[in-house]
Amino acid sequence: MAEKVNNKSVFFNPFSKNNPVIVQVLGICSVLAVTAKLEPAIVMGISVIAVLAFSNVIISLIRNTIPTNIRIIVQLVVVAGLVVIVDQLLKAYTYDVSKQLSVFIGLIITNCILMGRLEAFAMANKPWPSFLDGIGNGIGYTIILVIVGFFRELLGSGTLLGYQVVPQWCYEHGYVNNGLMILPPMALIVVACIIWVHRLCNKDLQED
Amino acid sequence: MENLNLFIRSIFVDNMIFAYFLGMCSFLAVSKNVKTALGLGVAVTFMLVVTLPINYLLNTYVLSAGALTWLGPEYADVDLSFLSLIMFIAVIASMTQLVEMAVEKFSPSLYASLGIFLPLIAVNCAILGGSLFMQQREFSSVFTAVCAGGGWGLGWLLAITAIAAIRERLATYSNIPKPLRGIGITFILTALMGIAFMSFLGIKL
Repeated sequence: MAEKVNNKSVFFNPFSKNNPVIVQVLGICSVLAVTAKLEPAIVMGISVIAVLAFSNVIISLIRNTIPTNIRIIVQLVVVAGLVVIVDQLLKAYTYDVSKQLSVFIGLIITNCILMGRLEAFAMANKPWPSFLDGIGNGIGYTIILVIVGFFRELLGSGTLLGYQVVPQWCYEHGYVNNGLMILPPMALIVVACIIWVHRLCNKDLQED
Repeated sequence: MENLNLFIRSIFVDNMIFAYFLGMCSFLAVSKNVKTALGLGVAVTFMLVVTLPINYLLNTYVLSAGALTWLGPEYADVDLSFLSLIMFIAVIASMTQLVEMAVEKFSPSLYASLGIFLPLIAVNCAILGGSLFMQQREFSSVFTAVCAGGGWGLGWLLAITAIAAIRERLATYSNIPKPLRGIGITFILTALMGIAFMSFLGIKL
């Protein structure tokens, strides 16, 4: 990029205006897979923030030495290495959560957000802006995960973070959990509703 | 016969997009028109057909527990399966780079319209997912792996082409609320088709 990169906008844009999930449409698979409950959604979000920030920095540091023809392999090796570290850390300190997440932590490697940001940003920018870009996009991703996880757990199981939220007398008066919310297709519909509200507020993002 | 069943089951019952929701990113972003969607679908099918047998051989003769016995009896208790994720992704990434170079050379217009999503084939969850399913289900031969890869690829191709066709019609003939246009309505479409494909779950082949 020719002009000076504005650090503040690099950090804050991914929160809403340039959100990785609902505007750039990256990383949808994991949104569907881990958001049936709120807790794995939060852990997943934090792991993605960590991997994204550090892989952005590493790729940005070595960006001038990577031959373009093999850049995908280099990027994937960096990401895979970081994911293995995160996986081991989770196993060491939060064993229960890591058991729930085991498959999905491995799938961070194939999370399109990582490749998308590495290709689009870290390959062309200095380490510090890349670090901010990684953190910003990770937080933007986590926000969506938490919103989707919140609604799916609340409506699907009547709990939040494992605690019963919908009071017992509701069930006694005929309230039934919506089992459909647990199924993956409903995650798509919740994301679609988020997009709807978001674009209602940001008219310039609407498509014709 | 068994392989044919597996092939058909991989297309419909185990459809990558509607049953496992894998490979969604490129699926959502590149399904604006049928032609591009078809191009990407063919690329993904090709990748699955090529990488699945390679990863199968890798898994059977190098990675899984006791696979190195052919080197000699002293290697019988070597288990390299913790390396499988990295090995699979390395195979997939190098094949992707190959396909990218080929497409750039032979069809620059397709290359331009696929844009960032060509390198993203490497991280298309459908392809790594295919290899992981292959490992998990312990296929019996290379040919089985080819059949499953072809089936999953064709299923993906079918899904993205169907969605692209629906989106082309939607863009001209329907009056969608403005904020939902484009990506929003595609999410809802995919969800509805996913629910429809659940009906295949009852079929035993």
